[in-house]
Parts: sequence; C-alpha cells; structure tokens
Amino acid sequence: MSDPEVTDELAREHGLSSHEIALIGEILGRRPTFPELGIFSVMWSEHCSYKSSKKYLQKLPTKGACVVQGPGENAGVVDVGDGWVAVFKIESHNHPSQVEPHGGASTGVGGILRDIFTMGARPLASLDSLRFGSLDDAHQRYLVRGVVRGIGDYGNCFGCATVGGEVTFHPRYRNNILVNAMNLGIARREQIFLAKAAGPGNPVIYVGSKTGRDGIHGASLLASAEFDEDTDAKRPTVQLGDPFTEKLLLEACLEAMATGAIVGIQDMGAAGLTCSSFEMASRSGTGIEMDLDQVPQRESGMTAYELLLSESQERMLLVAEKGREDEIFAVFEKWDLDAALVGRVTDDGRMRVRWQGRTVVDIPVDPIAANAPAYERPTARPADFESLQKLDLDSLPAETDPSGALLQLLASPNLCSREWVYRQYDQLVGSSTVLRPGGDAAVVRIPETERGLALKTDCNPRWCALDPYLGAQHAVAEAARNVAVTGARPLAVTNCLNFGSPERPEAMWEFAEATRGMGDACRAFGIPITGGNVSFYNETSGEGGIPPTPTIGMVGLLDDVTRAVPAAFRGAGDDVILLGETRAELGGSEYLAVRHGLERGAPPALDLAAEQRLQKLLAAAAEQRLMRSAHDCSDGGAAIALAECAIRSGVGLDVALPASGLRPEVALFAESAARAIVSCAPADRERFLALAREHGVPAARIGATGGVRIRIAPGVDVSLVEAHDLWARTLPEALG
Amino acid sequence: MSAPRVGVLVFPGSLDDRDMRRSFGLCGADVRMIWHKDQRLPESLDGIGVPGGFSYGDYLRCGAMARFSPVMRSLVEFAESGKPVLGVCNGFQILCESGLLPGVLVRNRELKYVCQDVRVAVEDPGMFRAELTPGRALVMPVKHGEGAYVPDPDRKPRVAFRYVGGSPNGSTDDIAGVTNERGNVLGLMPHPEHATDPLLGSADGAHVLRSFLAACVAARAGR
Repeated sequence: MSDPEVTDELAREHGLSSHEIALIGEILGRRPTFPELGIFSVMWSEHCSYKSSKKYLQKLPTKGACVVQGPGENAGVVDVGDGWVAVFKIESHNHPSQVEPHGGASTGVGGILRDIFTMGARPLASLDSLRFGSLDDAHQRYLVRGVVRGIGDYGNCFGCATVGGEVTFHPRYRNNILVNAMNLGIARREQIFLAKAAGPGNPVIYVGSKTGRDGIHGASLLASAEFDEDTDAKRPTVQLGDPFTEKLLLEACLEAMATGAIVGIQDMGAAGLTCSSFEMASRSGTGIEMDLDQVPQRESGMTAYELLLSESQERMLLVAEKGREDEIFAVFEKWDLDAALVGRVTDDGRMRVRWQGRTVVDIPVDPIAANAPAYERPTARPADFESLQKLDLDSLPAETDPSGALLQLLASPNLCSREWVYRQYDQLVGSSTVLRPGGDAAVVRIPETERGLALKTDCNPRWCALDPYLGAQHAVAEAARNVAVTGARPLAVTNCLNFGSPERPEAMWEFAEATRGMGDACRAFGIPITGGNVSFYNETSGEGGIPPTPTIGMVGLLDDVTRAVPAAFRGAGDDVILLGETRAELGGSEYLAVRHGLERGAPPALDLAAEQRLQKLLAAAAEQRLMRSAHDCSDGGAAIALAECAIRSGVGLDVALPASGLRPEVALFAESAARAIVSCAPADRERFLALAREHGVPAARIGATGGVRIRIAPGVDVSLVEAHDLWARTLPEALG
Repeated sequence: MSAPRVGVLVFPGSLDDRDMRRSFGLCGADVRMIWHKDQRLPESLDGIGVPGGFSYGDYLRCGAMARFSPVMRSLVEFAESGKPVLGVCNGFQILCESGLLPGVLVRNRELKYVCQDVRVAVEDPGMFRAELTPGRALVMPVKHGEGAYVPDPDRKPRVAFRYVGGSPNGSTDDIAGVTNERGNVLGLMPHPEHATDPLLGSADGAHVLRSFLAACVAARAGR
C-alpha cells in the first residue's frame, strides 16, 4: 500500500490549521511525508501540545520545599520524608469513555499507572473522579456500569488498591462524561527515573506489548475535537487494555531499573511511539534514529504511519547504557515480555525513522516538541453570568418539612452512598489502606514507615459553572479540608482541567478564570501544583459544553499514620462540635437543586485565611489525639455532614445548630466553607475548644452522639435506620 | 526451635504475594518467595502459601492456567507428603483447579467483583487448630469476582469456614473455606493476610496464619 499524497486538504483532515500547515512548510522547507504529517498532527494536537492552555498553566504555582519534580515529566514527585518520595498524577480519559465506557475507563487507569511506574515508583493507590449525566437516563446508567466495571477490571487485575474518588451526576455531562483517573506511587528518592534520551550512541529499546492498529489518532482526532454525529464511527480509535500484561510490565520495569542499566524511560501513551520518542529526545537535546521494522508487531502489513501513531497499550520506550542491553533483555525474557532494540540516540537533534529500508521521517525534534504553536484564544464572559448570580432568598418558600428535606437529600444521586461503586474495587491490596473509601480523604500508610498519605479528588462543578474563579478556589479549599480532617497537612496538588471547546470564547474564559482561581488558592495555602492534564473539547455540536470542571487531586502528609482521624462517629456519648461559621449561603447548593430545581446564586464566599486556620487546627488536634472523628461540611451542608457521621457509624445524635437570625433551611443546608463536624470524648472537649480558640477558629458544642435517631434542631428528627436505608438504596436500585 | 520456613508461590499476575510475605513475617515465619518457573522447591520448607491475585490474568477460568506452571508438580508432591499448604482467594482457586482441594469456585451471584469485610465462623480447620477453635468468629476482607464455592458431589469437602449472616458471593451453604480430607491443605476466599493489623481494619487473620505456622512446626516435628 502506498502512502497518500500529502495535500493541504489532507493536512486539514488531520486537524491542522492553515497557519500550522504553513509553519510545517517553514520548518521542513518541503512538504511533509505522510508519516511526518501524522507526527505533526499528533504532536501539535491540543491533547499533546497544550497549545491553548500553556499560557495559563505557566502562571500556576509549581514550586515548594517538598517538590522534587514539578510539571513536565510523566508525573509530579514530592518528598514525604525519610528518603521516600510520592509520585502522583491525575489524567482524563473522557472521550474514549463516552464512546466505549469499559475500554475507555480501563485504559485510563492503565495509562495513569504507567505514568507512575515509568518513574520508578510502585503504584500504591488509585482514585477516580467520575461525572455522568442524569441517573434517570438509561444510557447514563449503562455508562456508569461500564466505567465502574472498566476501572475495577483493570485496577483489580493489575493489583493497585482503589481507595477513593468521587461520582457526581449533572445533565450537562450527558454527552460528555468525565473519567479522571489519579494514581500515587512510592519510591526511594534516589530511585526516580526520568524520561530522557541522553547519551548519543545509547540503545533505544521498546518493551511490553506488541503494536497493533488500535488507538490510532486517539489523541488527535478523539481527544482534540468536540463530538458530533460521526462520533460513534470513532470507536476504533479507543484502545484496548490488558491489565495482566501491565502487571508484568510493572514488575519487569522495576526489576530492569534495579540493574542500573536504564538511562531514561517513558511510557507510550497518547500518540504512542511518536510522542514518547520526541519527548525523550527533546528533554535531552538529542535526536533518535529508529528502525520501525524492529518494532514488535501484532499484525503484518502495518505502515510506518500506523506504527508511529498506534496507541496500543502496555508499552514503554527506554534508553539503556550502551553495552548493557543484555541485562535489560534478560529481565523482560523472565517476565515473558517483548523487548526489542529499535534505535539509537544521536547528537544532531533530529528524528530519523526508517521503514522497509528507506527513510520515511527526517525532521528536527525541537520545533515539533518543545516549540509547538501556542495560542492566545479569545475569551468572553458568558452573557448569563450576572443574572445567574442573583438569588433572592426571600422569594423562596420557607422549608416546612426539614426532616423530609434531609431524607430527600440523603437519597439524591449526588449525596447518597457510593458503596455500589467502591465495593467493586479492590481497596486493600498492598496492605496500606488505613481509611477506606466512603469518608473524606482516603489514608494510606507509606510501606515500611509510620507515615501516611491522605488522598482526595474534588470539584463542585455547579459552583464552577456559576463562578469559575471562585469555584476553582473552592475545589482547592475543599480538597485541602478533606485532607485536613484526617489530620494530614495538605502537601501538593495535581489537577485535571476538564472544559469545553477552547475555540468557544465562553469556554476559554471559564478556563482562564478557573486556572486563575486555582493558582490564587494554591498560592495562599502554599501548596504547589506538580502537574496534571488538560482536557478540552468536552462538548457536543449544538449542545454546548460541560460545566467547567477543574478537578483537584490533593495529597496530604501524616507524620504518624496511627493518628489518622476517621469521618464517622466512633460511639455514643461523645460531644459533637461544629467548627466554622454558617452564613446565609444557599447559592448553588444541593438543597436548592434537589428541593427547588434551582441552580443559581453566587457560590459561598471563601475566606482562604479562615480555611488555613481550620487546616492547622485539625492537624494540631489530630497530633494531640483530641478528636474521635472529623468530617468536612460541604455538599448538603451541616445537616448532611452530621447525618453522614451518624449513618456510617450506626450511632445516632442529638444536636442543635446555631440558628441566630438564619432561616432553618439555611442553618441546616447552607454550604458555607471552612466548616467541619468534630466529635470528641467529653474529657477532651475543653482542651479541644481551647485549641480552636488558639487557632482563631469558631467552635461550638452543638450536642452529643448516641441513640437511634438523627435529631438536628431546627426541625430534623428522623430514624437512623430509615435514613441509612434511603441513603444506601439509591445507586443499587438504579444500577442493579 | 527455629522459625517455620514458609514458601510463597509467585505466578505471573499474583498480587497479594507481597502482602502474604509481609503477614507471615509479622507472625514469625521465615519467608521465601518461589518463582513459578522453578522446578524444585527450596530445601527444608515447612509450609507453602499460594497467594491471591489474577494468575495469568485469569482470562481462562480462575487458576486454570496456573495449575500447569512448572512449580505445581512440586507443590502437589509437597501437599501429598502431608505438609501444610494454604491457598487464599486465587490461591484457593488454583488448589481446586489442581485437584488438591475438592470443588470449584465460580462467578459471584451478582456477577460483580466484591470487596468488603465479612464475618466467618470456624468449623473444621483440619490440622490448623492452634487458634482456630470451632465456633470462633473472625472478621476478614474478601475481594474477588469468582468466589462462589460449588462442592464436588463425589468428594465432600471438610468445611473449615462458613460466612456468618449470608455469603457475599452466593457460595453453596455459605462455605468460605475448606480443607482436603487429610486436613493439611486449606483454601479460603477471605484474606487472612489483609487482616493482621488493627490499623488496617482487623487483626483476626493472624489467628489463621499463626495456626498455619503452628501446623508447620508440628509437621516438621513429625507429629
């Protein structure tokens, strides 16, 4: 089969703009070959080049005392003490999961796992942030089942514990569900490997699965364009995952790294062999020459174009020390995996690719990898921004049935039990899971140490839709609070920025505002962002985009993991304390959405200094073992937080919320920030309250645990069993 | 007396092998990892653990490929000599597939993987009696997609453990673990190696592991 002639029209079909086509002509001084065109189209795709987002990402805070490796590598790395580092990242696999939920979600998990172990770390914990359309919709239920099964099938068989995440529903995700997969691994600081192709003359070795025709143009055509009526025809661009091979690849890579013969290593993810080789060479200022006929192939007759662009899973590219190839080959033979010498590092900064005896690619590395085009896209505030901010509380009918409202909220899709989801995940392999899913942050022990890490993903898309700047700040603050209630100190952040089309000025404005908010909040807290992922084009022609969803993946550190504080009550007779202040803030709340079908009003105000005081108080109280439980107040407000503490423990409560001048539904369901519910033994109460005063955090004893009812004044008095039943039933009944 | 020496088999796709090594170590064993391609076992082993995971990806029936590994012939000889063998989860499946234990494990009733704590009651633990008194209740986690035990009508199992309050997987008669007729080979779906530390949820699994180690010492002494 001969390659098609490269015309401007063919280049445009590859997603390249006229400007970019002209630029290619300037760089090469000639028309590209067909394989070269393929390379440009993936390397300059939005997904791989960050061409619309780069300008904003550069403004995010990425430095901090704990940072060992910031953005730009496969994952971020932070120091967690005693010579250990945590390697972590979050990444989206949205479009593939919409098209093929099981395959899309499972390869999303596979991709993030490789990002972690390619750096020399053993994956320790996974989290998944999932967004779907309405649970009432049969197709959405199909997507939920497929995604959850895909995550479980991959993670369970690979052998990494899935310890947390989030699942929410909103009609605007109907045609653009989000699957954001996060993983964290652990390594010794001196064992970290980087993706570099250093040392001219060194061998370039391909390891792992054979290359097939799956996933070609997954990054450029599927991830870098909005959906339209032809989307189903893109199903073949979704890759197929094999977690068993990935498990072998993990063990083989870690073993090969231990030989000391590896110079650099990178996984083949988006844009496969092309992206991995270009990025490795670009980082080292070198070039690579490669012979595609040496690439292990699953089927015969593959063209150079296909071999370069395939996104077949479970593959890695590594550069070894010259003369030590056999040490690498021996390890991969032990694990029954392919390993093939496919090329050499060169010193001339060019990528030269041979196929069937002739040179099919000969292009400079840097103009393509490091100096890809960057755009300053137009931004525009949505026309309805101001009107949506308005909410007249006085026009709302007063809540006449607070008990009924609590039960309705507990059973609503966004607040009900997630056990149906996480019960399908191995939460325990690795013997590290101290706080399992279902609480605030998950807590895992760092193996062989006394330390622990608290992990959480977070974002409230409704708030981000109403005010992306404030909403993104809240995402940071809430994730930090979730980590802090376990007693951990927030350490670092990875982010997954899910937005609509950057070519639509309103979506670009949302992106600009959200990244500004995220940066401001992280700077205020002193928490660096060590990397992440941008996912644009989450929209469908004629329907608009998703709510802006800047998901935060937060990592916190506990010096003594035995001091980790759970969210649920621990027994009867403890004092219940509300931390923070409740204000008349119902804007964008679950209460408004569930009880009144309204999604409007300004999100709650955010006092970053107050948040930080709360974080410090919680860490100090955990250090002194003063808290029996601690739970963040967020979606559904104080009443829902209290009910969750009770339901998860089977211990009732009798409390009265401070209601000075507040309407009952505000006292119960307002989602004011910087609040938490703490229970403590009566003997520790005064010390805890004194500590709160010292830290400048408002604290009030509001009642005690015990009994078989959930009693929350003003107005809530329900049976604990009934509340538990309603809360637990929603997802199993909907999903089977 | 020196510490019991326990081998833990490692198949491609074994996942809980490191957890089993760690937990046996915490319970006082001297642990050796045994690669599935090894034809011969290390010298003077007192017992063998077959860990959980997805051996060979479990793309065929669970454990069906692992039984053909080179190390399996040695394992069968070891078990037939009367020495203690423990299979957990996928290890239990492998022991059933290789014929060392009667019966078979099939897909969970709800056709979904399940990860949760369960309560089991000890019934007839074979030679692993040291801390497993009949009637004793233990809390341990299960995590599997194919854990419903179906007995072989011609080879009745000795039931070592039964789920209390119903099985999470649809096991016949709520059977959670069995031994062979001789009582020296024990297989169970709950994970004792994930329940040896109260910080991680439960320490009840240590009773199972210590009983196994006590049986190792007893078998070495020829009792």
